[in-house]
Amino acid sequence: MLKFLERTHIRVESLAVLAGLVVIMALFSPTTGSGVRVFLTANNFFNIILATATFGILAIGATFVISAAGIDLSLGSVLGLASVTGAALVVTLEWPWYFAIVGALGAGAAAGAVNGFIVTRGRVPAFIVTLGMLGIARGLALIISSGRGIYGLPDEVLFLGQARPWGVPTPVFILAAVALVSHYILAHTPFGHHTLALGDNESAARATGVNVRRQRMLLYTISGLMAGFAGLIFTARVNTGDPTAGLNYELLAITAAIIGGTNLFGGRGSILGTMIGALIMGVLQNGLNLMAVQAYYQQMAIGAVLIAAVWLDQVRSRGRQSH
Amino acid sequence: MSILELSGVEKSFGAVQVLHGVDLKVSSGEVVGLVGDNGAGKSTLMKTITGVYSIDRGNVVFDGRDVTDSEPGERRDFGIEMIYQDLALAPQQDVANNIFLGREPTKRLFGIFPSFVDKSRIDVEARQMLDRLGVHVPGIDIPVGMLSGGQQQTIAIARALTFRPKLVIMDEPTAALAVREVESVLKLIRQMKEDGIATILISHRLNDIFESCGRIVVLRRGNVIADVNRNETDMSEVVSYIVGAHG
Repeated sequence: MLKFLERTHIRVESLAVLAGLVVIMALFSPTTGSGVRVFLTANNFFNIILATATFGILAIGATFVISAAGIDLSLGSVLGLASVTGAALVVTLEWPWYFAIVGALGAGAAAGAVNGFIVTRGRVPAFIVTLGMLGIARGLALIISSGRGIYGLPDEVLFLGQARPWGVPTPVFILAAVALVSHYILAHTPFGHHTLALGDNESAARATGVNVRRQRMLLYTISGLMAGFAGLIFTARVNTGDPTAGLNYELLAITAAIIGGTNLFGGRGSILGTMIGALIMGVLQNGLNLMAVQAYYQQMAIGAVLIAAVWLDQVRSRGRQSH
Repeated sequence: MSILELSGVEKSFGAVQVLHGVDLKVSSGEVVGLVGDNGAGKSTLMKTITGVYSIDRGNVVFDGRDVTDSEPGERRDFGIEMIYQDLALAPQQDVANNIFLGREPTKRLFGIFPSFVDKSRIDVEARQMLDRLGVHVPGIDIPVGMLSGGQQQTIAIARALTFRPKLVIMDEPTAALAVREVESVLKLIRQMKEDGIATILISHRLNDIFESCGRIVVLRRGNVIADVNRNETDMSEVVSYIVGAHG
């Protein structure tokens, strides 16, 4: 078990935090009429996973980029752009339903590719490029939708967000599939090995023949594509192409990746760890909701978790270097 | 027959000419020491051999093939390996992965999914390589960054040798090492010579150069000013070439 955790870079601490949170929520969440803790109901369980699915997929994108010592601050905005693009094609332009998928994934991947292009060709720091994209994508989403939600998507699209085949919400299947494929890519392909090596020591990666430029370009595109997936799920869940969708989600996504064990400075990252991190964020949010803690405090809590996670990591790596 | 032949290699960076028509020949199984003061052009010259720098004029012929216009990756496939002074290791990745970095063997998972890195093969072959070289590390599954400088240097050498190169270029391989660790690196160089690998050794430590090299080439201000047999010279003569007191 420990060996498995080590290989997959899942932290024992993050599992402990998740377990601790679950216990706390189970003990302190309000009870239903029949005396069962709300937190422990099957319905609530699906609520958690549904909420987690959206930013969990974003966190996968963040994991790829951060593992390679990059950053993507535009994730949340690109989610919104993807949501609006897909909905506009199908609702406003009345194209066939599957353009909601093509549009969302395409818009996400395109925004990511632009990020990657400017980072690699223009040598502008990723922090600045993706911060700029945060503004550009959100603005574009508002322009496309004239600042209003685009309602009324066809049933085929809604299936992706609202259906429950075998009793399990569709987004859960999508998250699981995306996470498994991503885990395979990051942990078991040359592409994944090169991603971690690039984040670890860029000149080493270059010297051993890794095409660093192409690698970066692909990583930012993947990150954008993940924002597209998340945007698609969001649209399908709320039946709306929402230009404000995913606001501040980059905070959730990056936090989930970091507490899942991804090294902020690159060289280490694990999709499975990120999924644990995303669940921690999901349970935390859900529990605070159930205890009727105001959303404003939740934002603060999430921000604090991010800082604490990086702080802890710094303390650990300092300890590692000293011996 | 020489495995590597440079003729008239010139290289400028902007207005500054760093290499002024360098000729150099290296034969299989030969260890050539390349010495020169800081800024003499040693590292630049080596990067024109690996292909990191393209050259302005001249030719690079390797193993009977003109590689002047070849990419670094191609030249590596032809059999040119370089071991960098800064080691070029990825500290958080394990020893075995570092040895196979950039050249991971793959297989199909369950016969379906392509490009699955064959980690067990990496581990087995990395182990064999280290055993063959007589290199001792605490484990091949620990991050390279946890090893000592000398151990990291031997890992870098092991990586260069894994794919049976014909020419290995070493840039200051002993500069940062303790005395005992230097000896193990020099031993590896002797072993490479026995295996018929050509080696170019760049070093400021003339002791190491005289102990390992059959020939010594002195570079000064981008020119080869001496190309001498180890047995026909001595340290003070080489030093005088380096500082320009000779010729």
